[in-house]
Amino acid sequence: MTTVPSITPSTGAAFARILGVGGYRPVRVIPNAEVLNWIDSSDEWIRTRSGITERRWAGPEETVAEMSVQAAAKAIAQSGIAPEQIGGVIVATVSHLKQTPAIATEIAQRLGCGTAPAFDISAACAGFGYGLSLADGMVRTGSAEYVVVIGVERLSDLTDVTDRSTAFIFGDGAGAVVVGPSETPGIGKVVWGSDGSQKDVISQTQAWDTAFAKPDAVNGAGAEVKWPALRMEGQAVFRWAVYEMAKAAQRALDAAGITADQLGAFIPHQANMRIIDAMIKTLKLPEGIPVARDIAETGNTSAASIPLAMERMLQSGEAKSGDLALIIGFGAGLVYAAAVVTLP
Amino acid sequence: MATKDEVLSGLAEIVNEIAGIPAEDVELDKSFTDDLDVDSLSMVEVVVAAEERFGVKIPDDEVKNLKTVGDAVDFILANS
Repeated sequence: MTTVPSITPSTGAAFARILGVGGYRPVRVIPNAEVLNWIDSSDEWIRTRSGITERRWAGPEETVAEMSVQAAAKAIAQSGIAPEQIGGVIVATVSHLKQTPAIATEIAQRLGCGTAPAFDISAACAGFGYGLSLADGMVRTGSAEYVVVIGVERLSDLTDVTDRSTAFIFGDGAGAVVVGPSETPGIGKVVWGSDGSQKDVISQTQAWDTAFAKPDAVNGAGAEVKWPALRMEGQAVFRWAVYEMAKAAQRALDAAGITADQLGAFIPHQANMRIIDAMIKTLKLPEGIPVARDIAETGNTSAASIPLAMERMLQSGEAKSGDLALIIGFGAGLVYAAAVVTLP
Repeated sequence: MATKDEVLSGLAEIVNEIAGIPAEDVELDKSFTDDLDVDSLSMVEVVVAAEERFGVKIPDDEVKNLKTVGDAVDFILANS
C-alpha cells in the first residue's frame, strides 16, 4: 500500500492591509448645466435627487486601461514597493467593452508587474469590495505577496443621455489600492453576498447580441441598432440600498469587532447622496464621523467610487492614515460587499 | 387594529419626520408628490417607516399606486 504524498501547504502573511491608494479622474468636467442639454430637468432637481453637481467623463485617450494604469501607479508608489513585487492584478469593472482578453493583463504589463496573474471581475458597484476580499485572501494564503485591486469605469459609454432618470448619475474614473502583508489586521472580514432575485433592478437594457443581431426585436422593424445602456428602478434600489445595506454594514462592523464610534471614516459606494444620507440615519452613525461625499463632483463611478472617495478623504485631511474606515459597495446583481479597513 | 384616524395621524407623524411637512397638512386627499413635496425617494422612506409602525408589507410595485395620503391609509387598513 502506498501512502498519498502530502502537499506542501501555501502559507502567507498573518494579516493584510491596504498599503497605498491612488485615483484617476478624467479631465473633462460635465456640470449639471451640460446634462440639461440632453434631458428635460433642472439643476435643482438633479441636486436634490442625487446630490450631484458635476461628474467627469473620459475622453478617447482616457481608456479603461489608461485610467487604471494611472490610478494603480499612484497606489503602488504610495505603498513603497516596486511594481515587480506585485503578485496579482484584479480589475473590477462593468464598462470595459472588449470582453476578451481581460483588460487586467494589459494593465499588469504596463504597470511592470511581470507575469503576475491578472484578471477582471464583474461585480458592479461592489466590485472593489469583491476584489479586496480576493486580494486579502491571496496575501494571507501566500498566493501573492502584494496585490493591486483596481475599480475602473467608463459608465459614460453605457449612459442613455435621453433617459432622464439616469443621464445625470454616472461618471468615469479609476481608483486603485495595493494590498499587502501587515503585522496587525488591516482588513476585517468582508461581508459580501448577492441577491439574484433582484437581477433586473439594475441592469444593462439589452444584451450585446440582442442589440446587434436582432435589433428589430428590441427596437421595432427597420429601427437602428440601439446601444445598450444601464437602467435602474430607483425606488427599489433606494429601499434595498438604505435598509438592507445598513444591515450588511453593521454586520461588517460586528465581524471586525469595531463599533461605529471607533470609525475614522465611513466610505459608502457613491451611488446617490440621498442613499448616503438615509444610510447614515439607518445605521445610526454617530455625528462627527467623516462621511465620503465625493459623488457631488464625481457622480456615480460604480467600482471606482470607493477608492476614489478614499483617496480624496486622505488628500483633503478629512480622514487620516491609520484610521479605521467602514466601506460598503452595492449594486447591480444585486451584489454587495462591506468591510472595516485600516486606511493607508 | 388601528382606526382610520389612528393610521392617518401615524402617517402624518412619519411624513413630518421625513419630509418636514407640518403634520396637520397631511390630509386624506393630499397628493404626496404634488401637495406635500414628498419625492419618490422620500416616499420609500415613508413607506418603510409605515411598514414598521403598522406591521404591514408595502411592496415596491404597490408604492407607485399610493398617490394620495388616502391611498396609503386605505392600503394600510386593508393589509395590516
